[in-house]
Amino acid sequence: MNELIAQFFDLSIMGQVLPLLLQGLWVTLQICPATIPIGLCTGLAVALACTARSGAVRWPAMAFVDLFRAVPPLVVLIFAYSGLPFFGLRLTPFMAVCVALLLAMTSYFCEVFRAGLETVGRGQREAAASTGLGKTTTMVYIVIPQAVRNVLPDLVSNMVEVVKLTSLASVVALPEMLYNADMARAATYNATPMVLAALIYLALLWPVVRLLSRLENKAAH
Amino acid sequence: MQWDRFVEVFANPAMVARYGPNILAGTWVTLQIAAAVIVTGIAAGLLLASLRSYRWRALNLLIIAFVDIFRALPPLVVILLVFFGLPNVGLSLPAFAVLWLVLSCILAAFAEEIFWAGLIAVPKGQWEAARSTGLGFGRTLLYVVLPQAIRMTVPPLTNRTIAITKNSALGTVIGVPEILNQASTAQSFSGSGTPLFLGALAYLVIFIPFVLLGRAVEKRFQWKRH
Repeated sequence: MNELIAQFFDLSIMGQVLPLLLQGLWVTLQICPATIPIGLCTGLAVALACTARSGAVRWPAMAFVDLFRAVPPLVVLIFAYSGLPFFGLRLTPFMAVCVALLLAMTSYFCEVFRAGLETVGRGQREAAASTGLGKTTTMVYIVIPQAVRNVLPDLVSNMVEVVKLTSLASVVALPEMLYNADMARAATYNATPMVLAALIYLALLWPVVRLLSRLENKAAH
Repeated sequence: MQWDRFVEVFANPAMVARYGPNILAGTWVTLQIAAAVIVTGIAAGLLLASLRSYRWRALNLLIIAFVDIFRALPPLVVILLVFFGLPNVGLSLPAFAVLWLVLSCILAAFAEEIFWAGLIAVPKGQWEAARSTGLGFGRTLLYVVLPQAIRMTVPPLTNRTIAITKNSALGTVIGVPEILNQASTAQSFSGSGTPLFLGALAYLVIFIPFVLLGRAVEKRFQWKRH
């Protein structure tokens, strides 16, 4: 038992590595505002393209979504980081992470928005059209707000997934929280820094997860 | 011109011949992990959701804690913690087993949430009717409630399962010789982009059928919210 505590919950190590992990957390937290708002917009745009009547718009959009649902985000990241330099495009680790996350996120958010758009009944569009609203106005003021409201829990759940995905950045040596924790683990030869990182992720995400599962169970009733 | 360059970098025939077999070997490993994770993860999720429906307070708290923790933690954190942490207390598992165990726990957590939402969406009258015909709790759950609940959970469950199974690529970090691991090793040996491209293709070949299947299933069993 004492050994377990020494290996996983060594308080003096925790105190030493906390500043390092918080520095990493700051990088983790920078990735999110840099990507989530754009990902939401591109996801919505692709979702709208998926519902377009013209096949020339719809098929490429669906192919894009299926492609990024099938390929693991880590593969996309490695591709962006070590594949693009072959084309003379060398991204910094931060940029590579942002690009990979954006591509993955766009397809995830697109799926959620698509489900949301389907929940808005035809009658809504017809009613809007009959009051003289144009197509775009109907979309922006009538359909999209209802669609977003109907899938809000899924959108939030996807944002949690994005925050979790930022941990992949450690693979391309971006000094975010997991990377720093892993460095500290190797230096101290002790698992405590990883436990501390896990605790910080939990502190950050657990309240959101709890809220989500309440929302989901309420929706099912 | 750009196209020639693309072929030379990403579909170089010599590189395909040289590293194709490695990628195929990796594909086999990825398929094994995927199958193992899907079976144990979904079975464990179903078991946890069924246990939760007995509504024993202490057990339910444990189940909820398990689910919340595995929903909130990034998979890579758990994998590194288990792989590098457990040997420190004298328990050292092979990389493949760690990957399988962690991904199964994560899938079990998400599957439990989805099955539970399905279970409580089955109207109370179904429980009462089954109980009043003399079926016990276990049989009511097994023959009456679960079949209806599972129908509702198929679309969200397929999506989650695909997303979590794809995480088998994280195995590369702890040295499981799966597709990404083979591809990046080959890339650093050869300095060519072709192995990476082949690896991405292998993922497409494995997962595109699931994605398309997911779409078909989604159309057939619309997730009823209303």
